Amino acid sequence: MDLSSISPTLLVASIMVSATPILLAAIGEMVVEKSGVLNLGVEGMMITGAVVGFAVAVETGSPSMGFVVAALASALLSIVFGVLTQLLLSNQVATGLGLTLAGLGLSALIGKPYEGMRSPTLPRIDIPGLSDIPFFGRVLFGHDPMVYFGLGLVLAVWAFLKFTRAGLILRATGESHDSAHALGYKVVRIRLAAIFFGGACAGLGGAYLSLVRVPQWTEGMTAGAGWIALAIVVFASWRAGRVLIGAYLFGGVTVLQLNLQAAGVQVPVALLSASPYLVTILVLVIISARGQHGAPASLGRPFHASN
Amino acid sequence: MDNTLLSLRGLTKTYPGVVANDDVSFDIGRGEIHALLGENGAGKSTLVKMIYGLVAPDKGEMTLAGAPYRPAKPSEARQAGVAMVFQHFSLFDALDVAENVALGMEDPPKSRDLAKRIRDVSEAYGLPLDPSRVVGTLSAGERQRVEIIRCLLQEPRLLIMDEPTSVLTPQEVEILFETLRKLKSEGTSILYISHKLEEIRALCDTATILRLGQKVDTTTPSETTARQLAEMMVGSSFAAPEARHTEKGDVALEVRGLSLPAPGAFGTPLRDLSFEVRAGEVLGIGGVAGNGQDELLAALSGERTCPAGSVWLKGADVSRQGPTARRAAGLLSAPEERLGHAAAPNMSLVENAVLTAGKRKALVRNGMIGWSRARDFAEEVITRFDVRTPGPHVAARALSGGNLQKYVVGREILQDPEVLIINQPTWGVDAAAAAAIRQALLDLAAGGTALVVISQDLDELVEISDRFAALNEGRLSPAYPVADLDMERIGLMMGGAHDMEATHAP
Repeated sequence: MDLSSISPTLLVASIMVSATPILLAAIGEMVVEKSGVLNLGVEGMMITGAVVGFAVAVETGSPSMGFVVAALASALLSIVFGVLTQLLLSNQVATGLGLTLAGLGLSALIGKPYEGMRSPTLPRIDIPGLSDIPFFGRVLFGHDPMVYFGLGLVLAVWAFLKFTRAGLILRATGESHDSAHALGYKVVRIRLAAIFFGGACAGLGGAYLSLVRVPQWTEGMTAGAGWIALAIVVFASWRAGRVLIGAYLFGGVTVLQLNLQAAGVQVPVALLSASPYLVTILVLVIISARGQHGAPASLGRPFHASN
Repeated sequence: MDNTLLSLRGLTKTYPGVVANDDVSFDIGRGEIHALLGENGAGKSTLVKMIYGLVAPDKGEMTLAGAPYRPAKPSEARQAGVAMVFQHFSLFDALDVAENVALGMEDPPKSRDLAKRIRDVSEAYGLPLDPSRVVGTLSAGERQRVEIIRCLLQEPRLLIMDEPTSVLTPQEVEILFETLRKLKSEGTSILYISHKLEEIRALCDTATILRLGQKVDTTTPSETTARQLAEMMVGSSFAAPEARHTEKGDVALEVRGLSLPAPGAFGTPLRDLSFEVRAGEVLGIGGVAGNGQDELLAALSGERTCPAGSVWLKGADVSRQGPTARRAAGLLSAPEERLGHAAAPNMSLVENAVLTAGKRKALVRNGMIGWSRARDFAEEVITRFDVRTPGPHVAARALSGGNLQKYVVGREILQDPEVLIINQPTWGVDAAAAAAIRQALLDLAAGGTALVVISQDLDELVEISDRFAALNEGRLSPAYPVADLDMERIGLMMGGAHDMEATHAP
């Protein structure tokens, strides 16, 4: 066992990379759930984003193009969910699970020719001066743009929900769709927009996995990241700040346990591999055990403007 | 023409299979309180929705202050100066008062200005309200204030109020009436929907009566008796329930110091409740919704077991028994929520009969259901209580609210209970059916059953109860003979002024 082989600088820096896919997917799903829709298809949308992003980046040679098309592809998939649940009033839980299964199958099909290839990856942003600061420069600056995009998105979602009128209407829709409808807000349209946003975010998260984090395509490579994103939204009590904590915690423990495995710590590998899931859930349960939970009151309930 | 604000001409709206409104025409004057009166299903809601832009009429036209008025959506109606206070409040529990108000406005000011304006308006109209309170923590009366203030901030020309007093205490009703009269004096017109005839006679200048989607008449309510209005509403005369004076028997149900913690985050704990009901007696329990009515029913029916020694049926302690044992012993109950609590929505009326009457009517023997006996019993309920349904095989969900109510109440009455606990027996039932249900309850009491009637309809309680008590925040006031009470004292009891009541009690 040799713990000195773990470099703190690299460790912290890789936490940010490791957390970003889950952060992106979770913040998108939080907006969806705030509007009152439970989309369990995050995993399926993520892996679709992963494969589409990878394929497009390989074909065009542009990882940015990969991200854009991945977001569009997953958003398109989420709109299938939206049409089924919001317009045709299918059951949200069953449709979401179906979306995950469909996404996994679809991605395996699309990804077959791309197995074993390497994709072009995003360049790191090097800010002269800042990136050269010892430790902090390497940790905080000098990541790829998507890391900062993820952080900015959390901030934007938080401000949108808290300060803007559109955010208030979105929250109100998730709180009581009947009341929102009675006041003349277009419940279905608002929810479709939220679902679209959530899908695009999940797609970006997936593409980050296959284009930056790994970066290659293997079948089923999301390995439950979408489910963790879902769990983080719930245990974060639908708050943007706590989603950030949850995602970074998960990313942190993931990286740490990999480093510990490499260092040969005398703990069963199975337990180490399970530790990110266990620690994240445990910590968020403790956070959410106190105070109000604030689940949107209409979460998962079908809406139909019948009368 | 000068004095007419909104004029409706030949409004017609058809839904598949139903004509909701058929050629309805009337005028609402400026500064007039105009009542819209009708049974459930008479087309009041559809008419109002057309005025508020939620539904587009098939035929007919509206003019507002001389100009054609055809709102395609509520925001257009609000811009034209039409505001509406909803019957089932259109509020968001998790948001605060200011956010709720902002959601109902077209162009809300910045949150600090809005809070100030809410304070100003609420003081000007005698409706105190704190803009930063979360709506979920407000009482029903305060929630209604949020709705009203939301409307008033937009300085409406026409204010529509859909059954505004159904959740208020008599004192709160007085405050509301004061506010409405003040608005009227400022020239605002009010369209007031209700089926409480005395209120309409006290408050409204004109009344339009709807029946089966058609206008019956427009009259001046203060010159018409409540009975005439009721008959115009129903279209025929019906007998008012008549109490038979009966000898009260022994104590059938006694509750001693019953306390139970709240069942969930938004429930109400029961605090040291004590009362007794004699055979042949009707105890009416009033109170504003959410003060422990559902919790009391659950404790008495056995859905939640109680601390030993708190519920006694004919001298036997049944506190620790569940609903089945209590039913077998003669303690029956009918909860408020028809679909999902009193009846299983997707099961047929026969199956629903078996669910509560299985034991007492011997519909279940040796664990086997006797379907033909069950069908006979269901048919008996349907005939005796005039339940309008194609037959007993129909799913409970398919019945209209009033018909299902008659069925679930009748199902309990026909089981010959010794004690019957009933919550909101005539909730959402039209006047004729309500009278029939009340008569059936009085007949049951005359036959020696002890009844506990929990209701928010005070007129109903005064009509059928021998004694009256009020629930407030899970506490029960002492029970007084109804003959000794007037509306003011009932209001004080509902407001929780128990001690004061005790000193005034005869």
